[in-house]
Amino acid sequence: MSDELLAIADRVVAMAKPGEQIEAVVVRGTETEIRVFGGDVESLSSAQSQGVGIRIVVDGRQGFAYAGSLDESAIAETLADARDNVSFATFDEFAGLAEPDGVVIPVLDLHRDAMVSFATADKIALAIELERVVMAADPRISGIESAEYADSISEAAIASSAGIRTTGSETSCFLATYAMATEGDETQTGFGFSVGREPSDLTPSAAAIEAAERATRMLGAVQPPSGRLTVVLDPWVTAQFLGILGYTLDGESVLKGRSLFADRLGESVGSSLLTLIDDPTDVRSFTATDADGEGLAARRNVLIENGVLQKFVHNAYSARRAGTVSTGNAVRGFKSTPSVGCLSVSLVPGISEPAALIAGIDDGVLVQEVSGLHSGVNPVSGDFSTGAEGLRIRNGELAEPVREFTIASTMQKMLRDIQAVGSDLQFLPMNATGVSLVVADLAVSGS
Amino acid sequence: MIEQSVLEEVLGVAMRTGGEFAEVFAEDRRNASAVLDDGRVEELTSGRDRGAGIRVVVGDTTGFAHTADLTEAGLIAAAEAAAAAARGGGGGTNVVALDRRSASRGYDIETYPGDVPKARKVELLGRANDAARAVGGAISQVSVSYGDNRRHILVANSDGLFVEDDTVRTFFAVSCVATGDAGMQTGRESVGHTIGFEMFDMYDVDQLARNAADRALTKLAARPAPSGQMPVVIGSGGGGVLFHEACGHGLEADLVAKGASVFRGRVGQQVASKGVTVVDDGTMEREWGNIAVDDEGNPAQRNVLIEDGVLTDYMWDHLRARKEGRRSSGNGRRQSYQNLPMVRMTNTYLLTGEEDPESIIASTPKGVYVKHLGGGQVNTATGDFVFGMTEAYLIEDGKITEPLREGNLIGNGPEVLQRIDALGNDFAMGPPGTCGKDGQGVPVGDGVPTLRVSSLTIGGTAA
Repeated sequence: MSDELLAIADRVVAMAKPGEQIEAVVVRGTETEIRVFGGDVESLSSAQSQGVGIRIVVDGRQGFAYAGSLDESAIAETLADARDNVSFATFDEFAGLAEPDGVVIPVLDLHRDAMVSFATADKIALAIELERVVMAADPRISGIESAEYADSISEAAIASSAGIRTTGSETSCFLATYAMATEGDETQTGFGFSVGREPSDLTPSAAAIEAAERATRMLGAVQPPSGRLTVVLDPWVTAQFLGILGYTLDGESVLKGRSLFADRLGESVGSSLLTLIDDPTDVRSFTATDADGEGLAARRNVLIENGVLQKFVHNAYSARRAGTVSTGNAVRGFKSTPSVGCLSVSLVPGISEPAALIAGIDDGVLVQEVSGLHSGVNPVSGDFSTGAEGLRIRNGELAEPVREFTIASTMQKMLRDIQAVGSDLQFLPMNATGVSLVVADLAVSGS
Repeated sequence: MIEQSVLEEVLGVAMRTGGEFAEVFAEDRRNASAVLDDGRVEELTSGRDRGAGIRVVVGDTTGFAHTADLTEAGLIAAAEAAAAAARGGGGGTNVVALDRRSASRGYDIETYPGDVPKARKVELLGRANDAARAVGGAISQVSVSYGDNRRHILVANSDGLFVEDDTVRTFFAVSCVATGDAGMQTGRESVGHTIGFEMFDMYDVDQLARNAADRALTKLAARPAPSGQMPVVIGSGGGGVLFHEACGHGLEADLVAKGASVFRGRVGQQVASKGVTVVDDGTMEREWGNIAVDDEGNPAQRNVLIEDGVLTDYMWDHLRARKEGRRSSGNGRRQSYQNLPMVRMTNTYLLTGEEDPESIIASTPKGVYVKHLGGGQVNTATGDFVFGMTEAYLIEDGKITEPLREGNLIGNGPEVLQRIDALGNDFAMGPPGTCGKDGQGVPVGDGVPTLRVSSLTIGGTAA
């Protein structure tokens, strides 16, 4: 199937005029999303989508255009638009496409035929089972805000006049639910999910029970007093923090003076317990991939090792400008030119179970959910402030639920204040992996 | 975009397996954008997305399929897929006769951005970059972006509705980084309207750039925000997102119906301080959230949600309204033809009050003045919401004093609405926003006069 896409990409590249570098990204996907409510299907969406993105570089100037169609006429129009856009870009001596770098594209088990052949009725059954187990988990469960099954089968091809020719195919699926627990006038929510490459990887009951537990344990939550506390970030929260941290290590942010770690390579930037890797070749990761957005091999990069900053991630452009080589971190869809970013960022886990981490804390808070990361965290300045909810920790044990408070620090300080990394790696439907993380001295703002 | 006879045929196919309602939503959207960053115009991007989404409703189940193939065969295949997804059991023939209506937004686009030479758009980027950098040496980085889009939609459904609309939006933003002894800070200014290139007759690009630069420079001297509760004054035009999060989402009928809103069952009750009137208004001319018809073909409306503190109504889309036997409020929106519509806001704002804004600040002994809010987020089931402060100052002895570093504020919607104790007479709309719900982004506007909340929790680090 991907061969057909590669043939389209090849045809675009063959239309290069003398002096033009051309790159074509061609994608096609099938997605299903099923939402259930009250034991029945609320909505079932099934869709095929496709698209092409064409990048042209002529004499140090770049133009781009895309279309959500693979029709010959749409491709011709897109090519003409990209060509026309070239003349308006500023000359940039580093502009250009990725060149093959000799790194062999890893063979990863990312496509499962079992996903392709899984019947719609069975997908519906998984979602209904998810809702059923949530509702049965506890008498205080009053309903669900959502319970859904979603899957995606995608294929992509990239070809360029620089000699790139790659194809890839991936399948993935997940179950996710938001449960509501009610007691008197009070309602609390909690979520649970399960991810996989094929439906047999999914465990609806685990996702359902997690959602029900997270919701019910928040009942009776109060606003905590303000103060400075040791905070345990649960895996879901840690993953969101790592996603933002990844931004500060992107080579383009560094070059453009937007990274707070710009001049710190080789220096200690955090606790010696902190080892941060970006490894899209780990097939357990939801965003695992064999090649990056420019068709170069995906690879495992160690970014911070025992607290010492080792590496920034790069695509071909940022690498050329920084005088280094691409780390295989071009990020893109067909609607944009490649940017730079971490593909699948993770902490190297420690040896302690979450219960052991909590047992070592006299006075703290376990944060199970954060909100407003996009509005209260600034990856340029490092200022960090988010809404939070979770459970107090007293004398090494989980205590009363707390809500309507914020946790705040700076990202620079948080990395130094890491006290422990848990052993509980959790793979999530996002480009970062979760693990419990203990951070000292966060400002808790409440009553 | 599609012949009426083809639409009627396709809707007939969609209804053939027992559908109670079927709809074709077709879209042809052209995007253009240009980015200048680090002193270079990095690229111009042009894009086109064209396709149709078809939904079929049977009982409480909606089947949906979309296609980029707008031929009769492509549409019929999508209709069959949507009908199969809705699992209708019945049979028979369905004849759909469409009644074509026109959509009107009460004003004309003066200059379609597609008719403007690309060089003129690029020139704006350069001007803004030069103006921002001219503000001072501490400005270490500037990024400028320009965007426009033209979205032609067509909605036809089995109730006979048939309407088309053409919407043009134009957007411009400047982001600056300032570097000082204590690190880097950022400042941003953005404008966006549902109009064409005439937007640049309304704004001086150089001034927008200077505003962004000034915000970044101001924050270089900022001190950490306080932590704990105190009065918060929100500046005119800077903080409509407060109402978007504190009550807007909670008044969306789909969330209410699932019991996932703290405002469930509270119509007719006093949910906010007297004097507080909150409106969602898709008809607001030229604003970012303006629509002529929503993405279900219903005309935009001005809907009063809270009047003098009393909850008057929720916002409705076709599906929720149909279930309750009432009319849609014109709030059914979707990101693109690839998505199902749901209840969404348009332009959400608080009506102006009577107090002098200066006296509101002067009568606040100690607190925080938030001139510009960032984004926010709400859990509608609990009512807890956060919003960011991108430009804020301390109020000491009734005067605005030191600038504060960024952070979130947190509160509970129903509590905060009751704590509004001052409303200024200086209403203004704020910058353009993108509201995300279930992964779909749609353009929204918001506005407020200067107002005070008697107590909110500030998420800073200072004691």
